[in-house]
Amino acid sequence: MHRTGALYGQFKTLEQQKDTASLGMWIFLVTEVMFFGGIMLAYTINRHTYFHAFAVGSNTLDLFLGGFNTVVLLASSFTMAMAVYSAQVGKKQWIKLFLTLTIILGFVFFGVKYVEYAQKFHHHLVPGKSFDISYCVNNPSACPDIKPEHLEKEREEIERAMQADPDLNAHAQLYYSAYFGMTGLHALHMVIGAGLLFWLLKNSFAGAYTPEWNTPVDIVGLYWHFVDIVWIYLFPLLYLIDRHKP
Amino acid sequence: MSEHEHTEHIVKPGTYAAIITTLLILTAITVAAAYVNLGRLNILVALTIATVKATLVVLFFMHAKYSPKRTKLVIIAGIFWLVILLFMTLSDYASRVDYRGVRFPMSYQAQADPERRG
Amino acid sequence: MAVAPKFPEKHYLNETYGIRSWLLTTDHKRIALLYLVSVTFFFFVGGFFAMMIRLHLLTPDGYMLSADTYNKMFTMHGVAMIFFFLIPSIPAILGNFLIPLMIGAKDLAFPKINLLSWYVYIVGGTFTLYSMITGGLDTGWTFYTPLSTVYSNSAVAPAVIGIFITGFSSILTGLNFLVTVHTMRAPGMTWFRLPLFVWAHYATSVVMILGTPVVAITLALAGMERLFGLGFFNPAMGGDPILFQHLFWFYSHPAVYIMILPAMGVISELIPTFARKKLFGYHFVAAASLAIAVIGFLVWTHHMFLTGQSTYAALAFSFLTFLVAIPSAVKTFNWTATLFGGSISFDTPMLYAFGFLGLFLIGGLTGLFLGCLGTDIHIHDTYFVVAHFHYIMVGGAVMGYLGGLHFWWPKITGRMYPEWLARIAALVLFVGFNLTFFPQFLLGYLGMPRRYHVYPPEFQVYNVMSTAGASILAIGYLLPMIYLTWAAFFGKVAGDNPWPATGLEWKTSSPPPTENFHVTPEVTWEAYDFHNRPDLGLDSPTGHPPAGAVPAHGHD
Repeated sequence: MHRTGALYGQFKTLEQQKDTASLGMWIFLVTEVMFFGGIMLAYTINRHTYFHAFAVGSNTLDLFLGGFNTVVLLASSFTMAMAVYSAQVGKKQWIKLFLTLTIILGFVFFGVKYVEYAQKFHHHLVPGKSFDISYCVNNPSACPDIKPEHLEKEREEIERAMQADPDLNAHAQLYYSAYFGMTGLHALHMVIGAGLLFWLLKNSFAGAYTPEWNTPVDIVGLYWHFVDIVWIYLFPLLYLIDRHKP
Repeated sequence: MSEHEHTEHIVKPGTYAAIITTLLILTAITVAAAYVNLGRLNILVALTIATVKATLVVLFFMHAKYSPKRTKLVIIAGIFWLVILLFMTLSDYASRVDYRGVRFPMSYQAQADPERRG
Repeated sequence: MAVAPKFPEKHYLNETYGIRSWLLTTDHKRIALLYLVSVTFFFFVGGFFAMMIRLHLLTPDGYMLSADTYNKMFTMHGVAMIFFFLIPSIPAILGNFLIPLMIGAKDLAFPKINLLSWYVYIVGGTFTLYSMITGGLDTGWTFYTPLSTVYSNSAVAPAVIGIFITGFSSILTGLNFLVTVHTMRAPGMTWFRLPLFVWAHYATSVVMILGTPVVAITLALAGMERLFGLGFFNPAMGGDPILFQHLFWFYSHPAVYIMILPAMGVISELIPTFARKKLFGYHFVAAASLAIAVIGFLVWTHHMFLTGQSTYAALAFSFLTFLVAIPSAVKTFNWTATLFGGSISFDTPMLYAFGFLGLFLIGGLTGLFLGCLGTDIHIHDTYFVVAHFHYIMVGGAVMGYLGGLHFWWPKITGRMYPEWLARIAALVLFVGFNLTFFPQFLLGYLGMPRRYHVYPPEFQVYNVMSTAGASILAIGYLLPMIYLTWAAFFGKVAGDNPWPATGLEWKTSSPPPTENFHVTPEVTWEAYDFHNRPDLGLDSPTGHPPAGAVPAHGHD
């Protein structure tokens, strides 16, 4: 294993190595843009065709949790950028601090996501045979975590939507396919990012990152910011479709 | 062939603080805007705000503003190709008319409204 | 009388020994050979299924296979050939081996990622083989929904997983090439001194990077639909099969450019060498490669003309399809113009290059018939399409691959293949190929649909001709596999530059040392410049380099 910061054999200078790593990560991020782009296209077509179902689906998501997670991720981008800064100016303690903060914020995000997913599971909102958009409305006792007045609003909303779309349940399942597909893919990328952050943290304890050599922190940072950008789009697309109906 | 090292320009923490503050404010605005009935503009407003946020992250957190031209070209290419994927596919959908004279795929909203047909 | 070339003492093949030194290598040259073995294996797999198809189609009434089994044959033929042979072949074998040599670098930008890409290919291939063995695949290589996601009783899920994984091999290779060409060129190797093989692979890598992720997410969604009942592509749940087709073809059309651009890059190396003349219109050929890559992303809906598109959308995509033919035509004109006034020799690689020129021309022109809306209505989903793409993929890409293998075999192994046997094999291949696929144009025009296990009896003559041709074609493939393998061990020692050719890869030993060049080269000459290269020994009457010329390795 090469000592971090040492010049790899195929390169002539450290600068060439940094340049190469950075370009490599940016090109990789472009592949990620196209990867998420495909599922965004599927979302877009289905949202247009089944707007009512998507609106109903979106309103079953917990806006507070979604908004909280958005703030958490944005903050983690800030701490990540600060980690890179710390490496650039040689503040080794700060690198460890900011990397740790980023990891903690990442885990907070996972925790909230877990709560949301568990909720969906209990409310029969996972695509499959037992999917039922009206489950909580019809069985309020099975969904104690939702307030009764909220359930009333939901019941009215579902009834109104069914006038326009008799097949609401099947189409709401498409919404949830998009929800789990997009957030699942996003979460998977965050898990990978968290793994990379742990690797960086381990190396930073060995004092590996200096103003001369901090490229790994830099390029993991690029990846982490990209994952944040995906969520910046996912949040309004999934949580804010039609919140303004009375 | 070496290029200008993009980490030479060190962004100050103050800049990062300003950016994160702006991002949080924009998040609040996008949530608030979702509660205002703007009809078809709602999605446009939401996506615009999201794009502004994404741009700030790319330019400052990802240092794209201070990166060589080549990096900027890579970013633009990625966005452009996403646009090709989305818009050319949507153009096919937007222009389809099935044999009953009904625009395809038609949202249920539109199907229920006789004036929106075809 | 020329001095007999010497085999180098130490080179990349013998520097280290043992299976670990191969399976854990990060040397791009060894990785290329690992790919050569695995890609050839899948070529045999695809070839086996082709044999089953052609044998079955000897009679019109489906004597050999049931309808379902026949569906599996053409599906697995397509999957094996496209994803596991054509897409990796030239880039992962010749590209990997040659790009660092051609630009004067010690290795690619990311050698470990290069090795990873091979392992990813192997894992993906394993999943797909598993699918082929346990129930097969009968959906067509195009996996149209809802057949693939709901109704098919074949092993769709492992195949989709396998192709998904293999896509990452493609992405990693493309990423490696792009970064390498940007950051690893030797001093003096400016963009416009690069061999066109490198330009072709740069363009190919752009396509790999931008397109492959889309097929990845598409197959992931299709797999999840099959396994977990998501409904994006299933009409019964409100989903849309056309959405699948859009997402699928967004990649799969540019994929055909992934398959042909590298072959064009090979041709751009072969023709100047064997016409001993500078390539005509270097800048235009380089620009055409990029144009093909870009415009190739704008035409995918021409695979969907018959799905109920509006006239306007169809017109737009038909126009763009005609547009994408232009850069290919520019290249073909430039290759031909290179021949004019050149000193042409008919070595085996050149025979393949000539084959490419004629067959790619036919394949490309028939693509225009398909891109034209009126004619496409009649010939879509017929054997006309099958013939068209085989003329390009086999007559074009495979000829380029074989021509390149022959051309660079001396560099890769240090030994020459047997020239006369190779020429005969090339002719056998050419004859077999045309006998196989030309009748299919006629069949398609007469109305024989593709992917049917039976056909009207009046088409039997052409089908029998096609099968006969396929048998001859098979010999044309087997012969090089045999003599190239033999030549690797027992062929005549080739020397640094047996042709001679002008690329930087020919200025190091055959086989090259692990670090490619003992001294980093400094490039002061233009590409394909036969006149200003005294080191090639061409102008000297004795065949020796003129006195005072710099030795090929530099002063080390």
